[in-house]
Amino acid sequence: MHNQSSALQQGPCRLESLDDLNKFREQLERNIDPDHPEIVVCHGTGCLASGGEAVSNAIQATLDASGIKAKVIPGIKTTGCQGFCSRGPLVLIRPQGIFYQRVKPKDVGEIIEKTIVQGEIINRLLYKDPQTGEKIIHEEEIPFYKYQDRKVLHNIGKIDPTNLYDSIMAGGYQALAKALTTMTPEQVVQEVELSGLRGRGGAGFPAGRKWRSALLAIEKKGRPVYVVVNGDEGDPGAFMDRTIMEGDPHAVLEGLILGAYALGATEGFLYVRAEYPLAIKHLGIAMEQARAHGLLGKNILNSGFSFDVRINRGAGAFVCGESTALFTSIEGKPGNPKPKYVRSVEEGLWGRPTVLNNVETWANIPLIIDKGGDWYKKIGVSHSTGTKVFSLVGKVNNVGLVEVPMGLPLSDIVEKIGGGVPGGAPFKAVQTGGPSGGCIPYSLKDTAVDFDSLTEAGSMMGSGAMIVMDDTDCVVDLARYFLRFLEEESCGKCMPCRFGLSRMREILDGFSEGRGTQADIDDLISLSKAIQDGALCALGSSAPNPVLTTIRYFKEEYLAHLEDQNCPAGVCKALITFQIDPEACNGCTSCARKCPVGCISGGKKEPHTISADECIKCGICKESCKFDAVRII
Amino acid sequence: MTTSDQHIDELMDQYPPKPEYLIGLLQDIQDQQGYISYGAMLLASEHTKVPLSQAYSVATFYQSFRLDPPGEHEIKVCLGTACHLNGGQQLVDGLSRKLQIEPGETTDDMMFTLSTVNCVGACAIAPVAVVDENYHAGATMQKLEREMRKVIDLSSDKIMGEPNA
Amino acid sequence: MRYLQGILQIRCCPDHIREIAVIEFKINDKEVKAREGWTILETAKEYGIDIPTLCHHPAVAPTGSCRLCMVELREGDWSKLVASCIYPVKKGITIYTETPKVHNVRRWILEMLLASCPASEEIRELAQKHGVISTRFSVHDPNQKCLICGLCQRVCEEVVGLSAIAVLDRGVHKKVGAPFLRPTDICVGCGSCVTICPTDAMQEIFDTVRGKPELPLSQLA
Repeated sequence: MHNQSSALQQGPCRLESLDDLNKFREQLERNIDPDHPEIVVCHGTGCLASGGEAVSNAIQATLDASGIKAKVIPGIKTTGCQGFCSRGPLVLIRPQGIFYQRVKPKDVGEIIEKTIVQGEIINRLLYKDPQTGEKIIHEEEIPFYKYQDRKVLHNIGKIDPTNLYDSIMAGGYQALAKALTTMTPEQVVQEVELSGLRGRGGAGFPAGRKWRSALLAIEKKGRPVYVVVNGDEGDPGAFMDRTIMEGDPHAVLEGLILGAYALGATEGFLYVRAEYPLAIKHLGIAMEQARAHGLLGKNILNSGFSFDVRINRGAGAFVCGESTALFTSIEGKPGNPKPKYVRSVEEGLWGRPTVLNNVETWANIPLIIDKGGDWYKKIGVSHSTGTKVFSLVGKVNNVGLVEVPMGLPLSDIVEKIGGGVPGGAPFKAVQTGGPSGGCIPYSLKDTAVDFDSLTEAGSMMGSGAMIVMDDTDCVVDLARYFLRFLEEESCGKCMPCRFGLSRMREILDGFSEGRGTQADIDDLISLSKAIQDGALCALGSSAPNPVLTTIRYFKEEYLAHLEDQNCPAGVCKALITFQIDPEACNGCTSCARKCPVGCISGGKKEPHTISADECIKCGICKESCKFDAVRII
Repeated sequence: MTTSDQHIDELMDQYPPKPEYLIGLLQDIQDQQGYISYGAMLLASEHTKVPLSQAYSVATFYQSFRLDPPGEHEIKVCLGTACHLNGGQQLVDGLSRKLQIEPGETTDDMMFTLSTVNCVGACAIAPVAVVDENYHAGATMQKLEREMRKVIDLSSDKIMGEPNA
Repeated sequence: MRYLQGILQIRCCPDHIREIAVIEFKINDKEVKAREGWTILETAKEYGIDIPTLCHHPAVAPTGSCRLCMVELREGDWSKLVASCIYPVKKGITIYTETPKVHNVRRWILEMLLASCPASEEIRELAQKHGVISTRFSVHDPNQKCLICGLCQRVCEEVVGLSAIAVLDRGVHKKVGAPFLRPTDICVGCGSCVTICPTDAMQEIFDTVRGKPELPLSQLA
């Protein structure tokens, strides 16, 4: 879409050295006028779903229709997810850096006429700080962005992910060129060891140590060795890896090539969830572009080092995020995990030494090689270095993707960046770590968000999903939700997991129906221990965590379900009734018309009533009532 | 040889005859034909040198494979955590009631297939439903019923536009 | 002992038997010796130490799926449970086969098996032997015998070399059968799967795999 690609039009040129890359970048930069106006439209999934594509189409159409009186025609750029999903579609005007939110196609004409042509700011489209009521013009002044430290996400939202030149101008492939020209593979490994980088996929195993073990395994067994990207981001509520793959695919690729160079691998794999078609597309484009420019494939940057990579689309199995299951899946078999009595760095893909890291981990590698392990380890806290990307979702004002240094207090993320719970009440709990993690209650809001502190609190970092819960969310229901999820996703190979998760869920079903007993709580804990000790892989052994942490921190809520037959959050269907407040109901008949079982009666303009016996508690009446007259009791 | 077999042949040409390409090949077959028939599975298993029983095992292990023809339109309801907290399950129940099918099933008139997905990673706009690859933010039964009527109208327009249909 | 010689012959080239290192470690505080490459379960059997298992058979590769053979591996204060059928012996390790942790896993698995495979006499006997005589869980299918240990599929693939059957679906929906759940002529009716089945469940599944024979298998025998 841009005027920078004159070099591309002459056909792809192979870059032969670091010098070549630098010259090429300078040439690209010369073609760019930093003061040239540019309209940047977020094309992350959140913004696309709220109409981002219609906005960018409208901009293109308006510009095409010409009639524009600007001295220069602005460029349009579509980028990956800018993170602030709850305010989408997002539009950024450069060079001024004006941040417009909730933009609709009908706003486009005004944006071009006023902001682009006359340099005026449209007040209505600015973000309003809910605390101060102030309108904020620039992205970096918005609290959601102000308290972040965007390192891995740095380029996302700035570059067009399908344009290699954009990536190169943002510093892409600098680290690779540096490593191939000035560093030995051993020095690359040392730099990663020095950085203290821990795997971002869940367990937090130090990446450098993993690479070192692989080198030792190679000494014993020889090559080939494989490098693999785990892009099977299955934790519900997590979309960090998706955003990185969609928004900056070259960073993932560059990290992987660096790893391959360090370990002497010639073949690598990108295992990406099938539910992420855009990520697969962008990675595919990135690979082609990198190959065409001598950054991937044979004799990379004329260094003599060759490496190529293939994409494997996942086929819909959460368990394939587990390393051994992921390997069997790449081999073309059902993703049943294998016992890890021999580590996968020694015996991974096809029984060969294999280094598997997740997307975010790989995307950190170019930063470390470019700026040094010493620089990297100063970010964050001593045992958890660097930054971590979180998807902040649930009952929080600013839903979106945030990147912060490790070790920040939980409350800073939820309250300062996330803007707290809608309505201003304190949050009830934050669920971290996905189905393998746990719930951290408000009383532990000062918990530092790093690998070890979260584990100590009974939860875990996981891949970085952070789900904020408020008083209307029931912990028994949440625990049941995660068990149901894992029950469906368990591969079923080992019995503690295949039988145990269903049986635990059945016990929890009892609680949500008011049938639980104190002995059930004891059984849940004992069975949880059996599953933790007995399950074959990490999916099973971590599956009881949501149950155990909710019992640990919210036992009184479990007891309310069994002693008082009451779901305090008003969620568990068997324990609630829907009623219409006769004071608030004005008899508009909307609910009666929509009720799927016809159990709401009442004349026009008269208060309605719900027949409790027939009500199936689907909640459609509550959803359709414009007067908030339907109450859950 | 039927036309669909010929198409599958073309797909198979892109994959070396090794077991590791089975999943990719099955995915391509499904993308092209909407589902994987007995015949297609037989061809794929022979081509990749995987015993038929194991190919079937693969196709039933992974959730995205479909062994029956899908409906004309697919409604996918996300049941990720954020969607769950915001009423995703109510949407599934509502659609199930409306279409009189369970998730994973197709209506008798082959118009709609209802399915659930574990998280489409669009948590910021929960609850999310995806109708024929179009994401619907903040989905409600009312919005989805409207959308369903829209796609039915589109389908019937298409049929009426073709004189021989 | 004959059983072990069998294994050695299968696994090792006879010329090299003498060169295989002997590994010493402890089971239940007792010094034991094993050959390199053995598992804990193989060693325990050699010494007559009873470890329950349902998914293990010397004729096929172990997969560690039933988890009944879990034993406790201790190193100082640290301990973890490992599946003895696949955990390779290592010099100096200390293994305990009867500890509270082991019992807790075993008891819950047996209690769940009683509810999930209520028709199996073998499982009832095994559970009783380990003190589990009733289950707190509800029975969904009173006729179920199959615990999906996968032995039938492994013997068909590894020993018979046919792969006529497979473990289908996943998780709670897992089952054993032929492709598309139709009878298959790949099955030659050798009956190895029926022989290896620990609970008699394959007897019934067998008839659905090889189509409808003129005589039911029970009468053929």
